[in-house]
Amino acid sequence: MTQTVSRPGAGAQRAPLPLDIEAIRADFPILTRTVRDGKRLVYLDSGATSQKPRQVLDAERWFYENVNAAPHRGAHQLAEEATGAYEEARAKIGAFIGAPESEIVFTRNTTEAINLVAYALSNARTAKEPEFRTYAVGQGDEIVVTEMEHHADLIPWQQLCERTGATLRWLGLTDEGRLDLSDLSTVVNERTKLVAVTQQSNILGTINPLGDIVARAHEVGALVLVDGAQSVPHQPVDVQSLGADFLVFSGHKMLGPTGVGVLWGRYEVLDKLPPFLTGGSMIEVVRMEGSTFMPPPQRFEAGVPMTAQVIGLGAAVDYLQALGMDKVEEHEKALTAYALEKLAEIPGVTVIGPPDTVARGGAISFTVEDIHPHDVGQVLDDLGIAVRVGHHCAWPVVRRYGVPATTRATFYVHTGYDDIDALADGIRAAQKFFGTV
Amino acid sequence: MQLESMYQEIILDHYKNPHGRGLRDPFDAEVHHVNPTCGDEVTLRVKIDGDTIADVSYEGMGCSISQASISAMYDLVVGKPVSEALGTGEHFMTLMQAKGDPAVAEKLEDELEDAVAFAGVSKYPARIKCALLSWMALKDASARAVSTAGGQS
Repeated sequence: MTQTVSRPGAGAQRAPLPLDIEAIRADFPILTRTVRDGKRLVYLDSGATSQKPRQVLDAERWFYENVNAAPHRGAHQLAEEATGAYEEARAKIGAFIGAPESEIVFTRNTTEAINLVAYALSNARTAKEPEFRTYAVGQGDEIVVTEMEHHADLIPWQQLCERTGATLRWLGLTDEGRLDLSDLSTVVNERTKLVAVTQQSNILGTINPLGDIVARAHEVGALVLVDGAQSVPHQPVDVQSLGADFLVFSGHKMLGPTGVGVLWGRYEVLDKLPPFLTGGSMIEVVRMEGSTFMPPPQRFEAGVPMTAQVIGLGAAVDYLQALGMDKVEEHEKALTAYALEKLAEIPGVTVIGPPDTVARGGAISFTVEDIHPHDVGQVLDDLGIAVRVGHHCAWPVVRRYGVPATTRATFYVHTGYDDIDALADGIRAAQKFFGTV
Repeated sequence: MQLESMYQEIILDHYKNPHGRGLRDPFDAEVHHVNPTCGDEVTLRVKIDGDTIADVSYEGMGCSISQASISAMYDLVVGKPVSEALGTGEHFMTLMQAKGDPAVAEKLEDELEDAVAFAGVSKYPARIKCALLSWMALKDASARAVSTAGGQS
């Protein structure tokens, strides 16, 4: 499928798309609206947040209209039903990534999930329960990240190191937009306590070879946290074969509501972590002198949870599973191959990231010669095309590749070749507008 | 296309041929301002002579709006008393808050000269910060330069 037969003048090749985009588009109410004076919305910013199908919106409404109550509190019928719906969604979301429900912790988003782990590792230093000190991070310890990380998977670790005196180290990038693993065995060493790495770069689109990293980390006894914010929505992910200790992702990037994210953790690891946020419903026994805590996942879910959002995310998972994650991945791969070819046809356009679809997802960042990404984005917006511009919360990456910012297009289940044609035409319109061609 | 309302010819001219660009000595204060949502950056120096802005010199990286705004600002403030320059900055801020209201632009035409061309930017909330970056840097640098100069005298 990644093979493209270039015939002179034939242009980019359109492989048959595995998803029925017309039927899918009909499920997304927002795609019927117009923008900027009646133009069709060409939404190429799913990497920032995805649009929501009616099924997800209906699930939230169903919950509020029929079941609404605080789960895990109260004994009335609504409370029971709310708890049931909440836990049913947990099981469903767990199954989606091959995990038992006891290993699924709901957070606000990926960012909060990563902070939960980072704070648990520093809280471990002062925990009164000895088992909670198992993974304590301190002076002399090292945390390893990569230069490719989203700020959400970088700043919490920088801050953990500042709180604890540990040292932050990182794996660099190659000119082709891949992780430079040549010094993996020295960067990840006996002092390493945790390796945090993204499965799919939000800016370069690169899919990382996690097997090598996980193997090395476990060889030295380090934990591995995988940032799945850009992978779980777009490719099949199974935590059993992943082999990591934590996987984090956001509901809103996978057709689900905002305000719900997931921390998956290996149970035996979660069980030895002290809480991050504390309060109601995460406790076992409370006395004025001190309290004890519930086992995971409840230990990490203080307060009334984002119940309707969790149920909405459950509906999103149903929707994705009905499409089939294999097909979603294949669909985006076909679009990515086409988009890379279409962009390569435009003089002055440079893709930042892998140039082909090998180990690559659908985030395509690019620059247009002599036009700042904001200005490219503005022209595209004027044509009804929504893209992301800027540093994409991955400032070290744009710095590494010597550009101030990029324009980024990202795809999802409703994206078709017509959207990519609109993007290519839009880039040419920007070049014409700014007189660079 | 509504684009022309934002990208006035004057703005594109300033972008392509910026006035006063480059960092120059001597200077009384240098500031570095960034727009963290998008990564636009400007390094700006101010030289004050008495209570007059003798020079504004700058290097920047960013979109056409942010870069053209610095150039237009340079034309407006160099040779002016600090207080008048900051007053012009206030007018520019008013223009940016006008949500594209042509009446506001018309009223400020004399004070803002070329910079009144940025009126169209005020219709695009995401771009207002681009246009304001240089003015914020100027305000900061002027305050520092004045306090330095005050300390010396």
